Amino acid sequence: MKVDSYRFLPRSFRSFYEGRGPFAGEEEPVWAPFEKRLQESRIALLTSAGLYVKRTQPSFDLERERAHPEWGDPSWRPIPAVVDAADLGVAHLHINDDDLIAEPEIALPARLLDQLAADHVIGSAATEHISVMGYQERSLQGWRDKTSGEVIAHLRSQGVDGLILAPA
Amino acid sequence: MMPAVAEERVAPRVVGVEFPYGHPFGMPGDKSMQRQVLELALRVLAGARGPGTRVDLDVEWPVPLREAYRAWQPKEASPIVKVLLETGRRPG
Repeated sequence: MKVDSYRFLPRSFRSFYEGRGPFAGEEEPVWAPFEKRLQESRIALLTSAGLYVKRTQPSFDLERERAHPEWGDPSWRPIPAVVDAADLGVAHLHINDDDLIAEPEIALPARLLDQLAADHVIGSAATEHISVMGYQERSLQGWRDKTSGEVIAHLRSQGVDGLILAPA
Repeated sequence: MMPAVAEERVAPRVVGVEFPYGHPFGMPGDKSMQRQVLELALRVLAGARGPGTRVDLDVEWPVPLREAYRAWQPKEASPIVKVLLETGRRPG
């Protein structure tokens, strides 16, 4: 069974994504073998749903995006695994946020991952997961220059063995 | 949600779900669906033998397509979509 990647996308937008191939300079496959047993591994999650902790973190910069529509905020937020859903905000202009606000686990299933650790499916879950906002300017320069390096360092500081990236 | 795009971008491991945008792990309130997706992602993470691994989850979105197609879209067109509509430009 093959998933229809464009089932929910307006037809006029399909050419924006389909047949574009890899980014220049990224044609070669990348591979890092996963050498530990899952039951001994620490796993983290990354969402592109634009989640942030309302009381302690700034929202992603939607005003700048409104002023410059080809720009998207390239920054990232650490999301504590124990944060309450009610303490999370959603900053994303390209998707309806009703379900995300009601249940952030549909994009960042931190509690579920903790349950999988309790069930010994994985060794442990990261104490802080990662949130970015998925709409980005085409060069991805912000992610290339700053965000990806910072995210990797943050994950390594937690001893994370594997990352589940879930685009929203 | 767009595994074909992930494959084109040479993502090493891909799990495909046929869910509307904003719902990568499934329906609100459906813990069984969310767990299915997460467990499959973990199995692919740990079990893939090499780059270009793609596994699709055979779960149908339980909302009629017409309704789901409208429901994920933002209440107001995003800034870039407004520009495209105003200028008559096509995406890409």
